[in-house]
Amino acid sequence: MSKPSHAGILRTRNLSLSIPGRLLLESLDWQIQRGETWALLGRNGSGKSTLLHTLAGVRALQSGSIELADQGQYHAIEKIPRREIARQMALLQQHTTYPFDARVIQMVLAGRHPHIGTWQQEGADDFAIARQALKDMDLEGLEQRNVSSLSGGEARRLAFATMLTQQTPLLLLDEPSNHLDIGHQIQIMRKARYLVEEENKAAIIAIHDLNLAARFCSHVLMLFGDGRYLAGSLDEVLSSKQLSELYNYPIEQLLWDQGRCFLPG
Amino acid sequence: MPHSYPKTAILTLIAVCIFSLIIALKTGSVAIGWDDLWQIFTGKENEWRELVMRLRLPRTLAALMTGAMLAMAGCLMQVLLRNPLADPYIMGVSGGAAFAALGAMLLGIASTLIPIAAFVGALFSILLVFLVSRGSGPWSSTRMLLSGVVLAAGWGALISLVLALGPDNSLRGMLFWLMGDLSNSTVPTAVWISFPVLLLLLLLRSRSLNILALGEVTAAALGENTKQLGWLIYFIASILTAMAVSIAGSIGFVGLIIPHAMRLIISNDHRLLLPASALAGASFLSLADTLARTIVAPLQLPVGVITALTGVPLFLYLLHRARLHT
Repeated sequence: MSKPSHAGILRTRNLSLSIPGRLLLESLDWQIQRGETWALLGRNGSGKSTLLHTLAGVRALQSGSIELADQGQYHAIEKIPRREIARQMALLQQHTTYPFDARVIQMVLAGRHPHIGTWQQEGADDFAIARQALKDMDLEGLEQRNVSSLSGGEARRLAFATMLTQQTPLLLLDEPSNHLDIGHQIQIMRKARYLVEEENKAAIIAIHDLNLAARFCSHVLMLFGDGRYLAGSLDEVLSSKQLSELYNYPIEQLLWDQGRCFLPG
Repeated sequence: MPHSYPKTAILTLIAVCIFSLIIALKTGSVAIGWDDLWQIFTGKENEWRELVMRLRLPRTLAALMTGAMLAMAGCLMQVLLRNPLADPYIMGVSGGAAFAALGAMLLGIASTLIPIAAFVGALFSILLVFLVSRGSGPWSSTRMLLSGVVLAAGWGALISLVLALGPDNSLRGMLFWLMGDLSNSTVPTAVWISFPVLLLLLLLRSRSLNILALGEVTAAALGENTKQLGWLIYFIASILTAMAVSIAGSIGFVGLIIPHAMRLIISNDHRLLLPASALAGASFLSLADTLARTIVAPLQLPVGVITALTGVPLFLYLLHRARLHT
């Protein structure tokens, strides 16, 4: 690939988030580059999902700016057509609900929507991409199943597969490992890491499992929920002291031969 | 999606639609034979020409068009509100139309002007929901649903008031209007023109409808301008409903049951679901109307009674069958 491996992909300037009666995040100046996997850490209600939704442009921007890079040039996100944004970044939501019956294959193909023109239909290549995503998530053979009949973990992997078919350089993941068994937790984190490293994408992952974060992420963004934040590389930021303050609960670090792990005290 | 099954289904529905048209033209106080029908349509002399061309054909076309519009509007309201229980009337369009129509009857306005009164009432109601729930924030179908439902309840109260105040001799006409009645219906030219335009517009956006059905946040993340799309669907669905109600009064169940039945039988892909619903709605209402004017002939029933009486068991059967299959 000819792209420079550390090109910036999205940045925020002076971004503040609040919900009625509370300031969650104040003046976030932050940038994510290709090749980086960010863990987004914070307590419940600290604004992780709010931040991801705001970055994705599906929640109105309150103050500050979000800029998306296109060939080295940054453009304010509110000036970019929604369809173009959807080709640049994909959002895996924390919960997915299906009010109507749908087949698994239809759901995965939805990820191709921003790539298909008004006058076009899904083509053979779209089906191929969708089937590959299902295969990557161990969902092959479930194509014709109704989404309402899936287990919690299968539904989660289906949502992840849908995000894969969107084929965007930036991935915003809101607690992707929810509902997954240990093996599948590792599988999707490994997949995210693979996409970042081998396909030169970037990812930001809201997550509560500190050990998955420590193992698969390169950077950490901590939201304290009172306006403060802390951003930096994993080694700079992730320490038992910082984590204990973040969660307001003592957290111990254990060293073992494959690295470090964190345990609640 | 390139499948042969949906194509067969659509062709079957077209055949059913033509069948229901022929049945409607043939049956009634006078049964028309095949050769008579052939003579009439090839322009030859026939004693029943007037009966078929002046009475049965306009009424049947009105039934077909109304059924198609109601089924499509129901389909749109269900995806817009992401609520399978939504029907074309949920946002108060028919309430506004009914109040205006009944008010016009109460004031003794000429019966040819009743459809126009109904359409104006419906438009007023559509705009009221739009203005009340517009707001500056992000698009919210919940706020829209609530304004619509409350408005519908308000219209309901006003309709009761008109019925209570109305003289006894106009009550029967009012009740027929409320239950949905096709006896003097024709399709105005404006509807013949706007229906294909709206249908084309919808078919172009039908993949977006599939995406919107997944939820507002998901749709936005997949590149849809949900606010714009939401209002577009609201206005198209409401105009379809307003035209249907002006032609035939508030016929129930078609808009609720037909889209569901098509989801169960054919597909929930709106590229198929919308045309399938239109065809099925048209056939269903036309067959129901044929029944309504023959079942207790020479008396005529309001077609809304037939759609409810046949629609409910049909729908329950489909739901039961679908559960057995999954």
